[in-house]
Amino acid sequence: MSAGHKPPLPARRALLAGGAAAALSVALAPGIRLIEIASGNEAPTLASSKVRWGMLIDATRCSADCDACVTACNQENHLPTAAAPTDPQWLRKVSLKDLKTGRSLSVPVMCQHCAKPACVDVCPTGASFKRADGIVLVDRHICIGCRYCMMACPYKARSFVHAPVTDQNPQVPRGKGCVEGCTLCVHRLDRGQLPACVEACPNQAMLFGDLNDPDSAISQRLRAIATTQARADLGLDTGVRYHGI
Amino acid sequence: MSGHDLKPADSSRFYALVGLGLLVLLAGLGAFHTMEEHGHIISGMNNQIVWGLPHVFAIFMIVAASGVLNVASIGSVFGKTIYKTRAPLSGLLCLALLGGGLMVLLLDLGRPDRIIVAATHYNFRSVFAWNVFLYSGMFAIVALYLWMLMERRMNRYVKPVGFVAFIWRLVLTTGTGSIFGFLVAREAYGSAMLAPMFIIMSFAWGLAVFNIVQSAMFAWNGMTLHPAILRRMKNLLGVFVAATAYFVATHHLTNLYFARQADFEYFILVDGGVYPLIFWLGYGVVGTVLPLLLIFHPALGTARAMTAASVSVLLGAFALLYVFIIGGQAWPLDIFPGYAASSRFGDGLIAAYTPSLPELLLGLGGMAAAFLITTVGVRILHFLPEDDLPQFDGGGSEPNLPAASHGA
Amino acid sequence: MRLAVSALILAASLAVWAAPVAAEVARPVIAVAPDQGSCLAPPEEMRRRHMDMLKHQRDRTLRDGERGARISLNGCIACHAGKESGSVAASRQDFCESCHAYVAVKLDCFECHQPKSGGLATGEKP
Repeated sequence: MSAGHKPPLPARRALLAGGAAAALSVALAPGIRLIEIASGNEAPTLASSKVRWGMLIDATRCSADCDACVTACNQENHLPTAAAPTDPQWLRKVSLKDLKTGRSLSVPVMCQHCAKPACVDVCPTGASFKRADGIVLVDRHICIGCRYCMMACPYKARSFVHAPVTDQNPQVPRGKGCVEGCTLCVHRLDRGQLPACVEACPNQAMLFGDLNDPDSAISQRLRAIATTQARADLGLDTGVRYHGI
Repeated sequence: MSGHDLKPADSSRFYALVGLGLLVLLAGLGAFHTMEEHGHIISGMNNQIVWGLPHVFAIFMIVAASGVLNVASIGSVFGKTIYKTRAPLSGLLCLALLGGGLMVLLLDLGRPDRIIVAATHYNFRSVFAWNVFLYSGMFAIVALYLWMLMERRMNRYVKPVGFVAFIWRLVLTTGTGSIFGFLVAREAYGSAMLAPMFIIMSFAWGLAVFNIVQSAMFAWNGMTLHPAILRRMKNLLGVFVAATAYFVATHHLTNLYFARQADFEYFILVDGGVYPLIFWLGYGVVGTVLPLLLIFHPALGTARAMTAASVSVLLGAFALLYVFIIGGQAWPLDIFPGYAASSRFGDGLIAAYTPSLPELLLGLGGMAAAFLITTVGVRILHFLPEDDLPQFDGGGSEPNLPAASHGA
Repeated sequence: MRLAVSALILAASLAVWAAPVAAEVARPVIAVAPDQGSCLAPPEEMRRRHMDMLKHQRDRTLRDGERGARISLNGCIACHAGKESGSVAASRQDFCESCHAYVAVKLDCFECHQPKSGGLATGEKP
């Protein structure tokens, strides 16, 4: 199943380069070899601070017994299905029950892609970093595996790779001894595709888009309904917002 | 060479000690190698308890390293004569403990092969990166300090260098405490209290380490500690132990007062199974009440009692750090306050942690490294504190040692 | 004294240099990539500079989000994966591993990167 047929995401390439050639390379992306794209000689498009990627999770639409997003995440990023506390989990379903009223709900929780990420502040080598478009990532080339970011993250969004890995997705490198977390499927995003979880959600409970663009679907929705940030008291300005909590 | 004669029996005892130290160090390095091969999957650590037993050892040694230098500072910076003769040993112990602690910390990294990255890539917003500077600077300053202390021609620079070392180690322990102090999201940490608390803990633990090493060296050489010196050192230890207890109590009391922290405090102090047990029995009784009793009870207060008190202070230190580091992480993050959370990733659950053998061996390996540096250093250079006893026994004219003084 | 030390160091390095490595260690297998057209640069340049090229590009890709660049590790793998293993690093016969083993330089890329070619393209489910 290819994501190429999905409703068009405000693709970064198209957004910035605007050229037909760029749009073509988006359409061609699945299955194409990079060396062939290279021959196109187009100017590279880079992550831009004009964009801030974000996600709105609608708890009123998220079904408690559905974990399609988790499955999609694990498949896309070649993660094991978390069974042991040492297994990585980039995206998880959390069941919530209001302590006073007993109201139950269920939401996916992952890296919240904070504007002021604690993990980036504490990282001694700068391996934990925020891309210009707001995506918080780990640079595994310089991650030394100290796990300080895991101590600092309020969302338990990071996992440590406890054992050797051999079956990586070629687009999603990951290996023993480094810390990792949700990348917002940056490898898909950079080719104009939606994150795997958003695409997989059967209930349209996950809305993805550019928080900086006032006309984007997500910005319009955020203006229309009441939303909240997880641990808003910490003032981290998360990129992931929740409705119905 | 040290000023005392070495008997052949001394030599065989020395080599036996070095052999024992090497054995434990090798076991630690073996554990490191196994963990590096298999990954941290063979440790007890997981995605919730991300720092485990190695960190208890490492932080203990790094904090004690800073504190043990206090002995030298009292001599050099505050001019107390009895501590001046102890300054070289204090500096050596500082280097040994710092080396051992850093060894454990570095060998526990997920990618220890990349340690050079920590020296080539700095994120100056990270307190960890500051500590890289503080720790390496500490090595340089203490080495310089030792040179000033032990080379007669350099003795006149002892005071300024000692002063720099004194300030540096206060900043260093502030940095160590702030590793936890800057963690905003976890109930157990995230408090400005932690920096001064770590400093006062360092005073107590460092002095305890010093006392134990000093008593071993004195026993080895058939010397006894002069009662006046014993009294001063044990009283100082008592003050530090009491001050640590004060800081720990204030930290918990503050948390108890904040409604949102109450559940966590109930967990760590009452309901949390092994953690309250270790806290009250390990830190409370063994680490605080017992040493205070050994130090201040009128019938006790002997050299042997002070050594026993020092050992129990160290046991208490491990207990306190275990509860602080591991108990603090075991408590689940409250991502959605007001809700009870559950998931397949441990949300809302107390995390389980069982220390594994490789972790223990790695920690002990670091202790062995510190032990070896100390044992060999003491053997080849003159570190034995030799007091000018007649001046105490004679008229008691030593200006820094009035008969009825308490503490420093 | 200084002369003696220098002589000793010189002798030691000569001994290391003259050790009969070539006789015992197999020469690297540098298979020419089959029918994939030409490489990014002539072999001499690739041998000397591939690590710099990859290191430079990795930051551009990861940190700046530059995709589809001329230099790409997956591009290397696509052409150079061994016929039998389908990988550049599965055995001593494979392109990257054979040379790195010969020169005794640790190959760190594939601790995290997938060394096999023909991996699923982005966006497709397994």
